[in-house]
Amino acid sequence: MGDSDATPAQAKKLNRLNTMAIDEKPRARPIDFEEDVIQRRPVTTQAGMGTADVTAPTPGVLANDDNIVFTTVNNLVNWARSRSPWPLGYGLACCAIEMMAASMSHHDTARFGMEVFRSSPRQADVMIVAGTVTHKMAPRLRRLYEQMPEPKWVIAMGNCASSGGEFWDSYSTLQGVDTIVPVDVYVPGCPPRPEALIEGLLRLREKIMKGG
Amino acid sequence: MPVGPFGIDPLIWAPLRLIIAVGLALFLVLNGALLQIYLERKIQAIIQDRLGPYHVGPFGLLQTFADALKLISKEDVRAAATDGWFFVAAPALVFCPMLASWVVLPFAQDIVGTNLNIGLLYLTTLGSMTVLGIVIAGWASNNKYALMGGLRSAGQLISYEIPQILALVSVVLVVGSLSMIDITRSQAGPLVNVLILPFPFLIYFIAALAETNRTPFDLPEAESELVAGWLTEYSGMRWGTMLALSEYGNVTVVCAIVTTLWFGGWQGPGVDAIPLLGVLWFTLKVYAFILIMMWIRATLPRLRIDQLMSFCWKGLIPAALVNILVVATLALAFPTTKIPIAIASWVLVVLFVAGIPFVQRRRLRVLRARARASAAPAVRAVS
Repeated sequence: MGDSDATPAQAKKLNRLNTMAIDEKPRARPIDFEEDVIQRRPVTTQAGMGTADVTAPTPGVLANDDNIVFTTVNNLVNWARSRSPWPLGYGLACCAIEMMAASMSHHDTARFGMEVFRSSPRQADVMIVAGTVTHKMAPRLRRLYEQMPEPKWVIAMGNCASSGGEFWDSYSTLQGVDTIVPVDVYVPGCPPRPEALIEGLLRLREKIMKGG
Repeated sequence: MPVGPFGIDPLIWAPLRLIIAVGLALFLVLNGALLQIYLERKIQAIIQDRLGPYHVGPFGLLQTFADALKLISKEDVRAAATDGWFFVAAPALVFCPMLASWVVLPFAQDIVGTNLNIGLLYLTTLGSMTVLGIVIAGWASNNKYALMGGLRSAGQLISYEIPQILALVSVVLVVGSLSMIDITRSQAGPLVNVLILPFPFLIYFIAALAETNRTPFDLPEAESELVAGWLTEYSGMRWGTMLALSEYGNVTVVCAIVTTLWFGGWQGPGVDAIPLLGVLWFTLKVYAFILIMMWIRATLPRLRIDQLMSFCWKGLIPAALVNILVVATLALAFPTTKIPIAIASWVLVVLFVAGIPFVQRRRLRVLRARARASAAPAVRAVS
């Protein structure tokens, strides 16, 4: 959505802050997330975000819609898996503090049944790689991933785990954890706030729900 | 024609009773595990000022169903270096004694698997068999953390078995029977055993926390020291059977023993008119103790292994020995009345509870002196 596509009414809405008099008070009304938070961003970044991806997920062999026998069980199992992804406690750097904060009272991932941090990879479903992965840690990370039983997922939390981040081109740091294990969800940020991690976990939940 | 309980022919009643008892046991254990895990997470959440599971189903009630379904559909990993047969058999060896315990636990009048006249002996024997499965699990996993967890568990369970059994024996001395039915029958009316023998109850409950590997005695699964203790190598439903079913089943068994021995079992208002009401009273009492165990878990931190052992050998076992000496002497001296035993037992409770701060203060003084001795001279001068 570019500037030229917007109707004058929309443009006025988008630039409401700029057109307001300096002593004018906004109308008293409850906060509307779409209008007050998303639409109040600067127009330039709004234009750069692009439209939502509307591509339908490709059905797998077992998730076939006309397959009566397997579809229901598959959906049930996917539902169960998506509702209890137990993370492996794998904190490597400052992201781990945010990961801990996500399971504490304020953000409470227990609401989604995701607070069960397992210390043994044998009982974990999701590996949240929270922090900088050094070349020395990389083989251990790969081994822990391989020790996890199927089905398993990986969340790359933070810029370091996603792409090397701050340690870009460093001699001792892995340039993104996706070079050694398949990553399902990337959570950007340095470090990402607990809300961002919860968003990532919920995105992973959607992905599992679709049979991923 | 002979008439059995509920006016039913005894020939029909015998198998019917067995079916009801087995059904209730399976219901309490299998569904109880799901319910207890949900309760555990919810109660801990409330105590820690969180919300706990609430997005999965109404009030998060389907959370443990999702967990169980996920565990069933999970890959079953068995590492190449494990000891095959033992690795597979260990979950069953942990699970079976727990399930077999339900044979003698009476849910209500006449609703019991069998009225064994050595019921309490049977229960303590099965209780000590759990450790066998745990040690086998630790050994067969071929993993150093699993082995350490298993051996720790063996040490802990064998140590805490002693005060546990000594506490049970004092109840047997007063009641005069090992049968669970007779023990429950002896507590008709408001005078339940806990009013007569509160001290053995205290000892048993503390020892039972250690026996079921509950916090503050969950050393065998201490995450910060041993990855997941004896459960390290287990995945999927094998882990689910071991931890969820067996551990929570053991908690239920222990709470059922406490209920039967000290709190009158199925006895409660209205059981004389409607005998089946006993099942409700029994379950409610059991769950009250399960909730207390969860409360303790959310409150207390974990002990160190030396603290665990010294508490058992220097605290609980002498206390249990004193208790059994006092109860046996008074039972011999006053064969007709239980009042002296009750008075002595309450005095022991007060001494035990009031003595803890003194011991604690002395311990703290020693620790402070040690810390001061090891501090740098400049720090020592100002402290």
